[in-house]
Amino acid sequence: MNMVDSAQPFKTLLGPESDSQRTQYPYVTGTSVVGVKYKDGILMASDMGASYGSTLRYKSVERMKPIGKHSLLGASGEISDFQEILHYLDELILYDNMWDDGNSLGPKEVHSYLTRVMYNRRNKFNPFWNSLVLGGVKNGQKYLGTVSMIGVHFEDSHVATGFGNHLARPILREEWNENMSYEDGVKLLEKCMRVLLYRDRSAVNKIQIAKITEEGVTISRPYALKTFWEFNAFKNPTVGAEGSW
Amino acid sequence: MEIDADAPHSMGTTIIGVTYNGGVVLGADSRTSTGVYVANRASDKITQLTDNVYVCRSGSAADSQIVSDYVRYFLHQHTIQLGQPATVKVAANLVRLLAYNNKNMLQTGLIVGGWDKYEGGKIYGIPLGGTIIEQPFAIGGSGSSYLYGFFDQAWKEGMTKDEAEQLVVKAVSLAIARDGASGGVVRTVIINSEGVTRNFYPGDKLPLWYEELEPQFSLLDIPSSPGPEPMNI
Repeated sequence: MNMVDSAQPFKTLLGPESDSQRTQYPYVTGTSVVGVKYKDGILMASDMGASYGSTLRYKSVERMKPIGKHSLLGASGEISDFQEILHYLDELILYDNMWDDGNSLGPKEVHSYLTRVMYNRRNKFNPFWNSLVLGGVKNGQKYLGTVSMIGVHFEDSHVATGFGNHLARPILREEWNENMSYEDGVKLLEKCMRVLLYRDRSAVNKIQIAKITEEGVTISRPYALKTFWEFNAFKNPTVGAEGSW
Repeated sequence: MEIDADAPHSMGTTIIGVTYNGGVVLGADSRTSTGVYVANRASDKITQLTDNVYVCRSGSAADSQIVSDYVRYFLHQHTIQLGQPATVKVAANLVRLLAYNNKNMLQTGLIVGGWDKYEGGKIYGIPLGGTIIEQPFAIGGSGSSYLYGFFDQAWKEGMTKDEAEQLVVKAVSLAIARDGASGGVVRTVIINSEGVTRNFYPGDKLPLWYEELEPQFSLLDIPSSPGPEPMNI
């Protein structure tokens, strides 16, 4: 106990991150979400993992949720913030329904709302620590967009968060096309998710694929992907170079 | 070694909540440390929120106590207004609200467990940050790092009350063996339709693990010599 350092105790009494300048740390985080447009609507894929630092702590977390009748939201980043965003959206959809005027919020509107929320929080130095993928179909119009924790937002034919940007999007750039069938789309997303499983440390082998069309939202049951390890170079990696890896 | 008497009271801790066929079993160690000194070797980290819902506390002792005090207060009012016992889900969500909205200041991980007539036995984990996650079993605290592998192997759905309690006691005891911040006794609380049962497993009643020895009275091994007793002050 030092009598000299009187400035010190006050700071330590306040505890972590409690000064007026905020910007939190993420604690429980989800990894990539990948979304593509296809013939009938949007397909989105994510795994069911939520990490706590380097520990793969939770393996049954649904990171994609339907929003209203016409949209599907996928999120990576801090799960508590995603849960809070879902509360906000519940309220938004509720008020929209209460108008009872025959109109309902489409994916474009929900994406715009989310953009405003994320950007305004960023301006207050208190972000929702998430990257969001918002997809949907309304009146035959397909929509796929993304919003990041700092409010960067755009639409595209295929989007991804986190590692997905680096690993999945190059595959999609080569192999995606406008008129993919459901089966083609699922196979393509599975290819992306497999690469993410190989190369993303935070990935877990329990994925879901969600589909949204004019008819509505379906989120698949959780399932695991097969992986391939039988390369000769894998079985004998140090042949001709003992000690290497 | 300088003891920092001003270090925050932190419950290193191992906490566990497990559902079984008919209710839940909550378990915890009993060590509260200030830095390296063990401030309380017999703490009770399983705290009552209502008659049918309890919470296991880990992390900062002060933060977890104040959160559970607030939630107990709110739940008491809620029960009066509702006219019947609060559900586990409501209790857990109240905890989540406090944990999430004060995420920058709080450092506490909690496991809420209980029984209600609608959903039966339920366990909700609320880690740092304020995420709420319903699970068939939950582990938390610094000692839980040593239990992920154990539970991956030993957990099964549909256990009986006794199997579930044995699993919890074994797990806390394994964590105590390896985590310096966990120790003392193992306390369990069983909650089901019939009510609440508290159990107490002192350190010398726990199984011995690798490199641990059976305690003896003395090197001289005199069976009639007195065991450790409270001092006559």
